[in-house]
Amino acid sequence: MSLFYSTLKYLAVTLWSMFVIAPFLWALTTSFKDFQSVTSGATYIPWVDFEPTLDGWRSLFKSPAQGGIAIVEPFFNSIIVTAAGSGISIILGTLAAYSLSRFTFRVGPIRNGDITFFFISQRIMPPVVLSIPFFIMLGKLGLLDTLFGLVLVYVVLLMPIAVWIMVDFFNKVPLEIDETALIDGCNPYQAFFKVVLPNSVPGIIVAGMFCMIFGWTDFFFAFILTFTEVQLLPVAIVALNSSITPWWSLSAAALFSVAPLVVVAFVVERYLSKGNLSGALK
Amino acid sequence: MNFKHKYMFLLPGLLVLLAILIFPIGFTVRLSLSSWDSFYPGLDFIGLENYVRLFTDDSRFWEAFGRLSLLSLTTVFLQYIIGFSLALLVWKEIRFQRLFRVLFLIPMMTTPVIMTVVWRTVFHESLGPVNDFFSLFGMQPLWLSSEILSKFTVILVEVWQWTPFMFLLLLAGLLSLPKEPYLAASIDGAGPVRTFVYVTFPLMAPISIGAIIIRLIEASKIMDTVYVLTSGGPGTSTETSSFYIFIKGLREFQFGYSAALSITYLIIMIISFTVIAKILVKLMVRGK
Repeated sequence: MSLFYSTLKYLAVTLWSMFVIAPFLWALTTSFKDFQSVTSGATYIPWVDFEPTLDGWRSLFKSPAQGGIAIVEPFFNSIIVTAAGSGISIILGTLAAYSLSRFTFRVGPIRNGDITFFFISQRIMPPVVLSIPFFIMLGKLGLLDTLFGLVLVYVVLLMPIAVWIMVDFFNKVPLEIDETALIDGCNPYQAFFKVVLPNSVPGIIVAGMFCMIFGWTDFFFAFILTFTEVQLLPVAIVALNSSITPWWSLSAAALFSVAPLVVVAFVVERYLSKGNLSGALK
Repeated sequence: MNFKHKYMFLLPGLLVLLAILIFPIGFTVRLSLSSWDSFYPGLDFIGLENYVRLFTDDSRFWEAFGRLSLLSLTTVFLQYIIGFSLALLVWKEIRFQRLFRVLFLIPMMTTPVIMTVVWRTVFHESLGPVNDFFSLFGMQPLWLSSEILSKFTVILVEVWQWTPFMFLLLLAGLLSLPKEPYLAASIDGAGPVRTFVYVTFPLMAPISIGAIIIRLIEASKIMDTVYVLTSGGPGTSTETSSFYIFIKGLREFQFGYSAALSITYLIIMIISFTVIAKILVKLMVRGK
């Protein structure tokens, strides 16, 4: 490989990396600024350009009455809703995906492919289309502004992802595994739970990570379907985006909320490098 | 293999999804035939009036739709080119390979709406770092309040946010490619360019098509970015279909009319995706 080509390669990779990191770096420096150093124009280097303070980070844990954001409760709300929504979606989605991959369905003109498509096609629905009927439906059921109501909505949001990834995954798990188990005297349930499922852990983890990503990063449903009792992280932070924005606490809150999922990036990369992801994602 | 039990696996998921969705979909269809708004709330029946209004007297909807097509096709095209290039760059031996892979994945793990709030400070026209840089050359571009540049800013943020998804799908695909065709190519003395054109790209075609369709579906819902970054403005210059439905439904409370918009939008989308999928298969899979 010529020197020219390899220089070009590293240049390209480095440039894109800088583009990826840039907003995080900006948020990091901004989170240590105060009113003065934000409103007097762009500044970058602490101690040189501006005097750093911890006000932004402190405001995360103060109540709104004290001019803070009280981010801890929304943080845990987000964790609960994401975990419950992902959990239910993975369980139901894995079961459905297994049946779609292994058995033949024929109801009138409807075949396996059509059922799979029905699951996945739910992703085409823009949140805004569903938000009005969901608003009315949850209102009737008394579930507006509750964690449980949001979990229901997130199941619709996330199950298609679980089905999409798991159908592809099961299609690559050899049929012999099930057949051997059946010959050994297992019933279909035992074959699934004792033999197929333990072999599907990589696929389930990948599907789980995708559900977590899309659940954690959803904004619109949480924005429309909750008001005061329950607040999720993105809603709490966007609420700060008003006319006089406290950029320092905004930046601190943004970094705080983004941090947990950055860990997921490392896990995804690990699976990618081991080759486990290629089976699960096609 | 065929069992009575097969429905025990399928039905829990299918029924839960149907149970949660049947009411919203049915209700939206019914709502689209009513004149429910904030002055006269209630499910009256006005036939297809809303649809007539939409097709004869609402250029704003169709403009928003055109803008959505422009924005989503452009961003997905850029994401595919960049994502594929990045995947190829870190596919084979490269120093710090895993570090780069993690870095390239990170943006998709972050909440779009929150990162857009950060981007909004980055592109702030008087206090942000971007214009701080441009002011060195005596320029103050209006990133968020000029009609053309605001579209560019939305595209840039979307590319930052979602190129990683494309990168992930394509890299996973590259890593699963068989070794034999490459061996054959190198025996035939094919250089890197020819190998890409005749081996990698054709082998990646099905994966590419899948990745593009998935991204197009997600991109068609573009909403969070616009809501935070520009609120559809200036004027209506970054208003997309979702955002227009949002304004009609949840700002002006014309529930009946916005339901008609939603139904029309969904039908157009389902048709477009079917057509786009067919076109992509024709374009990318040669000799079939």
